[in-house]
Amino acid sequence: MLLGIKLSNHLLQNAELFTLTYGAIVHQLLTDLEEVDEVNKQLDQMGYNIGIRLIDEFLAKSNVTRCVDFKETAEVIAKVGFKMFLGVTASVTNWDADGTCCSIILEDNPLVDFVELPDTCQGLYYCNILSGVIRGALEMVSMKTEVTWIRDMLRGDDVFELQVKLLKQVPEKYPYKDDE
Amino acid sequence: MHAISQQLSPTIGCTGIDLLEADTFDLHCFQSLTGTKFFVVCEPGTLYMDVLLKLIYELYTDHVLKNPFYEMEMPIRCELFDLNLFQAVQKDRVALLGR
Repeated sequence: MLLGIKLSNHLLQNAELFTLTYGAIVHQLLTDLEEVDEVNKQLDQMGYNIGIRLIDEFLAKSNVTRCVDFKETAEVIAKVGFKMFLGVTASVTNWDADGTCCSIILEDNPLVDFVELPDTCQGLYYCNILSGVIRGALEMVSMKTEVTWIRDMLRGDDVFELQVKLLKQVPEKYPYKDDE
Repeated sequence: MHAISQQLSPTIGCTGIDLLEADTFDLHCFQSLTGTKFFVVCEPGTLYMDVLLKLIYELYTDHVLKNPFYEMEMPIRCELFDLNLFQAVQKDRVALLGR
C-alpha cells in the first residue's frame, strides 16, 4: 500500500487519516511479526519500495536539477522532499570532513502525532519507513546509502535525527560491451 | 543508443540523445535523473514535444508508479495511464504551452 497522500492545509482530515493508517500498519506488523527487529526491517523494506517509486514523482513535480554534490542532495531532501511529501521542513547538520555523511533533523513529524511507545516496544524505530524511503529514492539516482536513526522523539529525544551516509555512487551500467 | 551517443559526443557532459531528426519523422527523448527514458516519434518539425515529454513523465509518476500492482521495469499495462496519455496527445498545442 503506497502512502503517497500529500498533506496540505486544506486537507487536515487527510493528514489524520495518513497518521492513523501508518499507525495501523505498524500495529499490525507488531501483531504479525512479534519481534521488534523484524518490524523495523519490514518498515524499512516498505519504505524502500515506496522510495524507488517516489523519487520519479519528486523529480517530475519539483523540477530540481541534478545535484552537484552530496551536500546539495541532502539539502534538497530536507527542504524540498520532506516539504513535498510530509509538509514539514527538515534541516541538515553534522557533516563529516568528506562531505559524505550528515544528519537530517526533523522537529515536526506527522507520522508520530498522538503516538506514545509502550514499554513492550523498546527497540522499535516507529518511523523506520522514512529511512527506507530515503535509501530507496537515492538508490534510483545512483547513490548507495546507509540511513540510520540517531535520535528518536518517541524514545525521549528532543528531535528526530536521521544519519544519511553515502557509501558509493553507482553510475548506470550499460549492458553492451565495446568490441575488443 | 543513449550509451553510444554519450561516448561519441564531441561535447563534454553529454547525457545522451535529445532529438533525432530524420526525413519522415523526429524522435524526441527525455531522460529522467533515474535513467528512465521517454521517447516521442512525431512529424518532422513538430513543436513543444519537450513540454509533452515532461507531461508524460508526470503521468507516468502518477498513474504507473503509484499503482501498487504495477511491477517496476515491466511493460506498462495501466488503463489510467493509457487514457491520460491519449488525452494529453490529443490536446491543443496552445494548451500544452500554457501549462
